[in-house]
Amino acid sequence: MTASTLAPRPVSAGTAGATLEFRGLRRSFGATTALDGLDLSLEPGELLALLGPSGCGKTTALRMVAGFETPDAGHVLLDGADVTATPAHRRDVGMVFQSYSLFPHLSAADNVAFGMRMRGVPAARRRDRAQELLELVGLPTHGGRYPRQLSGGQQQRVALARALALEPRVLLLDEPLSALDAKVRQSLREEIRRLQLELGITTLFVTHDQEEALSMADRVAVMRDGRLEQCATPEELYNSPATPFVAGFVGTMNRLPGTLGADGARVEVLGTGRPVHGSLPGGRRTGAVDVLIRPEALSVGADPNGTALLVASSFLGATTRLTIRLDGGRTVLADVPSAGASTLPLGARVRLGLPERPVLIDQARNEETSA
Amino acid sequence: MSSAAPGAVVNRAAGDGTLRREPQAPGRRASRPAAGWLGVVPLLGFAAVMLGLPVAAMAAGAFTASDDAGTTSVTAANFAATLDGPYLESLLGSVRLSALTAAVATVLSLPLAHAVVTSRIRGLREAVLSASGVIANLGGVPLAFAFVATLGNAGVLTGAFGLGEKGWSLYSFWGLSIVYLYFLVPLMVLTLTPALDGLRPQWREAALNNGATGLQYWRHVALPILWPTLLSGFVLLFGTAFSAYATAAAMVGSSIPLVTVKIASALTGDVLVGQAGIALALGMDMIIVAALVMGVQLLLQRRTSAWLS
Ligand SMILES: Nc1ncnc2c1ncn2[C@@H]1O[C@H](COP(=O)(O)OP(=O)(O)OP(=O)(O)O)[C@@H](O)[C@H]1O
Ligand SMILES: [Mg+2]
Repeated sequence: MTASTLAPRPVSAGTAGATLEFRGLRRSFGATTALDGLDLSLEPGELLALLGPSGCGKTTALRMVAGFETPDAGHVLLDGADVTATPAHRRDVGMVFQSYSLFPHLSAADNVAFGMRMRGVPAARRRDRAQELLELVGLPTHGGRYPRQLSGGQQQRVALARALALEPRVLLLDEPLSALDAKVRQSLREEIRRLQLELGITTLFVTHDQEEALSMADRVAVMRDGRLEQCATPEELYNSPATPFVAGFVGTMNRLPGTLGADGARVEVLGTGRPVHGSLPGGRRTGAVDVLIRPEALSVGADPNGTALLVASSFLGATTRLTIRLDGGRTVLADVPSAGASTLPLGARVRLGLPERPVLIDQARNEETSA
Repeated sequence: MSSAAPGAVVNRAAGDGTLRREPQAPGRRASRPAAGWLGVVPLLGFAAVMLGLPVAAMAAGAFTASDDAGTTSVTAANFAATLDGPYLESLLGSVRLSALTAAVATVLSLPLAHAVVTSRIRGLREAVLSASGVIANLGGVPLAFAFVATLGNAGVLTGAFGLGEKGWSLYSFWGLSIVYLYFLVPLMVLTLTPALDGLRPQWREAALNNGATGLQYWRHVALPILWPTLLSGFVLLFGTAFSAYATAAAMVGSSIPLVTVKIASALTGDVLVGQAGIALALGMDMIIVAALVMGVQLLLQRRTSAWLS
């Protein structure tokens, strides 16, 4: 890796995206299993969000790509080549950390130019390219500032410029926005995506913010306990979650009481039968189960003989979110067109309707039923 | 070590938290209202009384000569005397010993403190830090005796390894240096530990991620960030060694020329009476040396650590 590999390409020309693949990654820390056989692959130039609850192993997976963590078993492949044993400083991946990763003793421009300096790029060329990158991240006049003279959002922009400076094959972002306030987070999110598309760089973005994942990513990989639950486009993840965990983790999900038929293929819910999508996690069982339905999939109609009660309603614009108590005591949410909702008075008895398609089921959970 | 005269060299003891300051808070430093100065007034007052008065008294005494009749006159003769012959030799001897031991201790302490900070052995950190706290403040006659018993002419190790035949003598410049290192290294370990704690792991990882080797990380990131602490730590050690008295006096007496020993002997008048003026002038010399060292430190710090201000 010499200076010559860096210089000639203009910043915006875009790094031809590399593929990134995890194969059966395992890693334990003492009794904790951080990764339990993770398989995942990224297409060239795609932005994949790694989403999951805290402690599910997202950071550990990311750090294995950067070379800061070694797997107990499994491999990391970069453009098809096994890099599992490659030391971190030769991985050729760019990483943006959660916060405070800029070198405090170097100006923003020197931070960006750091990697080039390590590789012996001449000072003048370094300076030009650092400036170019700072312009790319929207900080053309901040090169002379030290990190502590920059806001949190500006620091993360500089960190992004630094991560891109060596034209890495893959960009890794570990919750780069989580330390920022909502407004900055929103705009930086859009900007990261714009840059990523412009450069065509394969990007792995770790977050536990589902909104962030759904809005930015080409595909979202949902992790749970060190394993991949589902990897799909945001739409697919939302509309047809593969498991109850994904269903509950992405978006809002109602749990309606249902009864699983003897064949395990049909479920009785709200007085009608529906085919079951997938299978019941934790083994086949008949009897009481929870049926998972999105709020917008429920239809609500006034019916004096209905089995539910409308207890609250909040206007959200085009839709209105209704809070409904089932006679069994459970509370469910329904998002309905605001036009129809206005005809339903609070305290009205209502009847819930389900779409004509297979439904996802889960083990019955005795949840709190307070409205 | 019994810190004698201008232990005041001790500047803002390193590990002063400069590194721990969160690197955020933009624009906070622009203008500080004048009222901010009010807060420092008690400190300045304290310094004026506790440091200023003794120095003033010392200076007054150093510039005064009294003849046999008891009349006093202003004179520079005392200073002239301290910059000549055995007095100058003792001053230079002290500077040499202090600079050398402070430098060696600084260099030795860095890997030691780093090992302590990064070690996974449970309790090691606490054990080393408390031991350092004790040893750094151990000194004087007991320390001298401990070394005499181990490395003196009839010491345990001297006998066991036949060091005597190999030309070893504890009562030499190098012998004394080793004794000084014994309390300077722990002092520096204590100073460096918080600064090393302040090195964020992300900095190392970001450096590696940018293609730096471990060595390049130390050269271009860790050392520059630690530099202010190393610098002020060095000055702290220099001042400690420079002003140490009891250990040296108990061990080598006046066979190694040291300014604190000379001051003591001038004051106790074992050579001539009426040498108090010389002792005070030597004290002033020490203050000047200490001030020079601190001046150089501040200059270096300002030139190399603009990022801190
Ligand atoms: N260096 C380590 N030593 C011990 N345990 C670790 C270490 N790194 C991670 N773990 C453990 O491994 C598990 C996965 O950690 P990881 O940091 O990958 O989670 P994460 O998905 O990034 O969580 P978060 O969203 O909170 O950042 C956690 O239980 C964590 O406590
Ligand atoms: Mg994490």
